[in-house]
Order: sequence, then structure tokens, then C-alpha cells
Amino acid sequence: MTFLSVLHLLLALAGAPLLAGIIHRVKARTAGRRGPPLLQLYFDLGKLLKKGAVYSRTTTWVFKAGPIVGLAAAVLSLSLVPLGPVPAVAAFPGDLILMVYLLGLMRFVTVLAALDTGSAFEGLGASREVQFSALAEPALLLGLGALAATARDMSLSGIFSGLSLPAAPPSAAPVLLLVSAATFIVLLAENARIPIDDPNTHLELTMVHEAMVLDHGGVDLAAIEYGSSLKLWIFAALLSGVALPVATGSSAADLLLHLAGVLAVAVAIGLVESGMARLRLLRVPQLLLAASVLSLLALALALR
Amino acid sequence: MATLLDMLVVLLVLANFRLLGSSRLLACIRTVAAQAVLLGATAVCANWAHLEGELVLIVCSSVAIKAVLLPWLLRRAAREAAVTREVEPLIGFSLSLLAGAGLLAVCLLIAAPLRVPGAPSSGLMIPASLFTILTGLFLIVARKKAVTQVLGYLCMENGIHAFGMAFAVREPLLVGMAVLLDVLAAVLVMGIAIYHISREFDHIDTDRLTALKE
Repeated sequence: MTFLSVLHLLLALAGAPLLAGIIHRVKARTAGRRGPPLLQLYFDLGKLLKKGAVYSRTTTWVFKAGPIVGLAAAVLSLSLVPLGPVPAVAAFPGDLILMVYLLGLMRFVTVLAALDTGSAFEGLGASREVQFSALAEPALLLGLGALAATARDMSLSGIFSGLSLPAAPPSAAPVLLLVSAATFIVLLAENARIPIDDPNTHLELTMVHEAMVLDHGGVDLAAIEYGSSLKLWIFAALLSGVALPVATGSSAADLLLHLAGVLAVAVAIGLVESGMARLRLLRVPQLLLAASVLSLLALALALR
Repeated sequence: MATLLDMLVVLLVLANFRLLGSSRLLACIRTVAAQAVLLGATAVCANWAHLEGELVLIVCSSVAIKAVLLPWLLRRAAREAAVTREVEPLIGFSLSLLAGAGLLAVCLLIAAPLRVPGAPSSGLMIPASLFTILTGLFLIVARKKAVTQVLGYLCMENGIHAFGMAFAVREPLLVGMAVLLDVLAAVLVMGIAIYHISREFDHIDTDRLTALKE
């Protein structure tokens, strides 16, 4: 852990909502509109924080605990994620599994809170969310496993500093390519982006992630929105580390380079969203299976 | 060069998965053509140090036949039979992808003892070629449309070609050309057969041909 690791954590905590602003701006520009301000999500969060929350009489403490536990899990998970060769705040062998399952815990409490409302729509959203993430999880874990096998290291920070270009073995290139593709698909699925889920949909029947958080309001909704933006940052940082495996030698330059990488991932998401329609619900599992296959192939290559 | 070779072989494997997961005939035809181009590139890459006119001739002719002529023929057959997608395969596309992952694992397992010391190509070539052969077989068994089955046959041929490349430093010209001629003749016959089947019966679902009566 270095000063730069802490700086990355602080930058991520402060800058995560900016990614949503960038995605919206890119989508608006490609469609020929001006779009909302880049800091829109900050304004939304500020507005939500000023409001009180309304709780239905059917809900229990589970509903109130959901957003808080979810946000805590996201922050913990973020502290395990390195930004390219810049190590994470906490690093130990096997932290990649903890990171994935902290994200799993975040999803689990969100689903529990959704089921606690007793609303049919939320149950529907929860069931779809769980179905998709059950398929996305093997893709992510197998991909991280492939990276670990290539770098011969079991901690995320060790993996990413071992795979960065001057130190990386030349045989790592196909593995990195396959894992980047798989991670990008998982990123789109886990963050409810367009080919899998439409974040702007207004029809409850077509919602996946948004349907689950319909009943949250005020501070709770702010915690959920902020937690999702942290999750987007986590995946963007991972993807930037895999797709741009470069260590410049100076850690400060690494930090800047990979921050630019994270922003570039947001631009890429915006471009994908403006260029694609949402997939039919039945086609989504197929896309996620394809991501798992990519990761599996990467693992086979890495273990060879 | 070794990394590039690895990349080409990985692309070959990914093309197989695309064949397993796609329902669109035109996309599948394009993928098989791309596979042939990939194989040509692999052959050139593996022998980059001692490239000869003979090898270039084989590669060019096989790419020309398998990536230009045969796809054109199949596209024509598909257009005349008016089919654009595989509607109801015997095994669904998601399940096919899963089966593909299983087949790949099997190929990696059985290819380990087959590794040839001193072979010029990537160590992945043998499992990848076995996987291509099995994918072709799988397509022939699991799909109903005659065009897709011909594609499976072509994919299998690509696999056999790749398998040969993994073992032999340079395939003798005669063998290479003979195999190519075989495939060309077979696909020509199949193309004509598809056309006639679709003209007589208004469909090219091969499983329904078994129910024919005098």
C-alpha cells in the first residue's frame, strides 16, 4: 500500500458518479443532443440526500439494511481493486475471490430488500437480476483465474503489476485479449447497461435492475445509486488494467494513464449504448455464456 | 511470431464458437470463410522463416477455394432455397455453446499426450484442430438445414487441414491439392443437391427427408 493507492481510493470515491455523466454525455453527443451536465449524478445524489425516506408498512429491517450493507460492500470491494500496476489499498493472496463475492453480497442484499417489499415487479426484477448475474459470475471468476494463472500470483494487485507490459510474459497477450472481452461483457451485464438492460427504460415490465429499486427513496436511493456507480468504477478499473497492461515505470504516470483508461471505458460504454439495441431477454444468457466461454478459453491458454 | 501464431489459433477456436452460437446462415458462411483465411495466415506464419513458392501456392489456392468460391456457392444455394436462419435446431444455441466448451475441454485433455517435439506450430494447434473437427461433426449432427450441415462438413475439413499443419512441416503439394479437390467436388454436389431438395420439397430440413414415401 502506497500513497498512490490511497489516492486512487479517494479519487474513485469522489469520481465514480462522473462515469455516469460521461456515458450520458457520449450518448447525447452521438444522438446529436447536448445532454445533461457531466455532474448530473452528483446533483441527483445531493437532492436525494436532502430528502427523507418513506417506508411501506409491509417492509421490515431488511429493506432498510439493504442499501447500507450494499454500499459498504461496494466500498470494501473497491479497496481491493488495483488500478493497473498501482496496488490496491489492501492486498493479500486470494483477494480476487473476496472482491467478487463482496460484489455478490451487494447484489444479494439488494435482491433481499427488493423481495422484502412484496411487490410483484420487484420480485420479477430480482429474479432476472439473479439469473443474469449467476451467468456473469463464472465468466468473471474464470477470467480472473486465468489472469492469476498467467501471472502466477493470487492477489489482484500482484496479478496486475505482474502482467503489465515490461514484466509480462509474451504468452500473456492472447489471455489478456480474451479476458478483456469477457470482462467488458460482464461489465455491461453487472452494471445493467444496454445490450443486457436499459438503464433509462420507463416500463416496469422491461426493467431488470431498475425494477428492484423502485420502492427505495431519499437517502436509501442515494446509497444505491452511489453504490452502483462505485461498482461501475470497480469494473472499469479492472478492465483498464486488463486491456491496457502498461506500466510506465513511474507510479504517478501509471495512475494518470489508468485513470484515463477508466474514463475511456465509460466512453466505450456510451458508444456501445448508442450503437446497439437491447437484446431480447432470451438472448442475454447466450451472450453471457459466450463471455464464460471466452474466459474458459483464456484459462485453458493460461494453464497450458 | 509465436504470440501472433497463438492469437491466430485462438481466433480459430472463437470462430468455432461463433458457428455453434449463431443462427444466421450468412454469418455462419462468413465465419467458415474466415476460418479458411485464418488457416492460410497460420500456415504462412508458422513457416515465415523459410517461405517457399510451393507453400504460397497451396495457401493461395486453398484460401481462394474455401474462402471465396465455396462461400459464394453456399450463399447462392441458401438464397435459392430461401433460408436465412436455422430456425429450430435439434440442439439449441445456448446448449451448443455449452457443448462446445465441453468439447474444447476434452480436446485439451486428449491433445496433451499428442504433443510433437519439434513441431513448428503453436502448442495449441493440435487441440484447436481437434476442436474444429468436432465442431464440424457437432454441426452436422445438431442442425437441420442442409446448408448448415454442409458448413459443418467444411468446418471439419478446416480442422483436418489444421491437424495436418500441426504435424507436418510442409504438407506435400499433391496431398494438399487432392484433399482440396475432394472438398470442392463434394460441396459442388451438395450445393446442387440442396437446390434440388428445396425445389422438390419447398424446404431443406434433412430430418424430414426420412419420412419420404414412394
